[in-house]
Amino acid sequence: MSKVSDFFAEFVRRNGATISVYLFTAVIFWIAVLIVLPQLYMLDFSFRFNLPPSKIGTEEDVHTLKNYKYLLFGAEGNPNAFNWLHLEVFFRTIWAAVLVTILNLVICYPVAYYMTQVISGGKARIFILCLILPFWINEILRAFAFRILFGLNGPINFALVHLGIVPEPVEFIKADIALYTGLAYAYMLLMIFPLYNAIESLDHNQIDAARDLGSPWWRIHWRVVIPHAKPGIASGCTMVFMLTAGALAAPQILGGPSSLWFTQVIYQWFYTGGNWPQGAAYAFVLLTACIVFVLTMMRIFRVSLGEIAK
Amino acid sequence: MSSTALTRMMTLFYVGLFFTYLFGPLVLMGISAFNTEKYPTAIPYSGFTFEWFNKLFSDKDLVRGVLNSLIIGVGVVLLSVPIGLAAAIIMSQLHKRARSIYYAVVLSPMLTPGVIIGISTLVFWDRLGTAFDADWDTFFYDGIFLSILGQTSFISTFCMLIFIARLQRFDRAQEEAALDLGASHLRVFFRILIPFLRPAVFAAIVLAFLTSFENYNTTVFTIVSESTLTTVLAGKVRLGTDPSISALAVLIILITLVGATAIELRKRAEEKRIAAQLAAEKGL
Repeated sequence: MSKVSDFFAEFVRRNGATISVYLFTAVIFWIAVLIVLPQLYMLDFSFRFNLPPSKIGTEEDVHTLKNYKYLLFGAEGNPNAFNWLHLEVFFRTIWAAVLVTILNLVICYPVAYYMTQVISGGKARIFILCLILPFWINEILRAFAFRILFGLNGPINFALVHLGIVPEPVEFIKADIALYTGLAYAYMLLMIFPLYNAIESLDHNQIDAARDLGSPWWRIHWRVVIPHAKPGIASGCTMVFMLTAGALAAPQILGGPSSLWFTQVIYQWFYTGGNWPQGAAYAFVLLTACIVFVLTMMRIFRVSLGEIAK
Repeated sequence: MSSTALTRMMTLFYVGLFFTYLFGPLVLMGISAFNTEKYPTAIPYSGFTFEWFNKLFSDKDLVRGVLNSLIIGVGVVLLSVPIGLAAAIIMSQLHKRARSIYYAVVLSPMLTPGVIIGISTLVFWDRLGTAFDADWDTFFYDGIFLSILGQTSFISTFCMLIFIARLQRFDRAQEEAALDLGASHLRVFFRILIPFLRPAVFAAIVLAFLTSFENYNTTVFTIVSESTLTTVLAGKVRLGTDPSISALAVLIILITLVGATAIELRKRAEEKRIAAQLAAEKGL
């Protein structure tokens, strides 16, 4: 305990009383009121019944596992053993997010490598600027652009039909092709930059040495560049997975009529279903999935949280 | 030698393909904004028009949404920049073990999906409002207020990371010297630390505002009965069908291009100045 009070004494001596008050008020407000308490309330809320406001706080307002049971087994009297409708949406969302993440890594790795090795100086800056530009345009408009691109009368279908490759326009949106392409596009920047930063710190001599010793290009990447880029890969994959699994705009705009994203189910509980505790339970399940993913990445790539946030 | 030439060709081809993927959809959307077709499309191109831009400016929902987005953006900047700064300063003064726990906590909003931040903010204030028996028109249920808080929760992390990067290069000896010479802590803070951090403050303000302005996932839950640019847009896009959305995108692209060019030119001028300065010093 004395250690803690020593810390405070030292802190106030170093920063002065006024500044110390500002620093602590700001950070405690942030951590308590904006981060921790809302999450705890959401967790608590997810274990409660869906009551009208007048009954909240009465003896009817008790904890229950009902909302989680619903996700697993469905409403009472459900003929199936499990609530396949929602479980399937959940697992498909996670699986699709993993695929989109891998796709992103495969697309972005060569570009990041190209940026670090081939270009430099002013050229690199313009290159980076060109990368960033499309991402200043908000997510919804980007998704809209993909809707135009993949529409039934869109340019791709126009080209395919006129070149005689397909007899009739392809329903890209129904087949979720538009959704996956749009999702991969949406968070590309968060894959490229961590990769770029990681690869950039690699000494080019190491690559030259490997090449001089007769290593083919794929082995140079496999044994030299990729091991060095590990923190960047972990960081990029974590961010892209989290954003993809938690995406709402792209699935709403690009998703086919038959394919729901898990966030859309959550959204429905809040807006059309009018069952907030149920939605909170679903949200908490999604959050848990994301935490598990982050921890797995940290384990696989042996990186710390700090390295992921870089 | 020919194999390296081949690799080079392939690399360039790949990079070209990549940029087509990056810009192609946006270019097509741009074209559709000037196309007389009723449905947003680039092909067939049936004639040039400014009609959709006119339609855009007369759209009251959209204008209202933009205004709300601006208000929320300013609110988020006012909260998240000071919070991010404070968090970064505390981070730099914590000891090892406390630091890693602290870091995990303040980093967590960045690794939490936006929808969950939105939901938890909404639920928290709703429950507080119920607990205090507050009326529906109080801030507990106010979309603008909730959106500012929800967005601040993760945008503060971005600001903090910007400040941490800059603080790593800060020489504490300056502070100590000023204190030894009798300056008060407040004076040191405003005359030494803040001027040193000015580029970071500027970057944090811009980033916080833009992130807030663009945010959808958190806002769609916290906005309750109000609307922002993104929630209005999402509604329109889901219904699907109006080239005035493309027109809006064109405007945003233009603003972005101008802004990016201005920043780039400023950077160049600064670099030239520094280079000239260095050359002059060498000459002495």
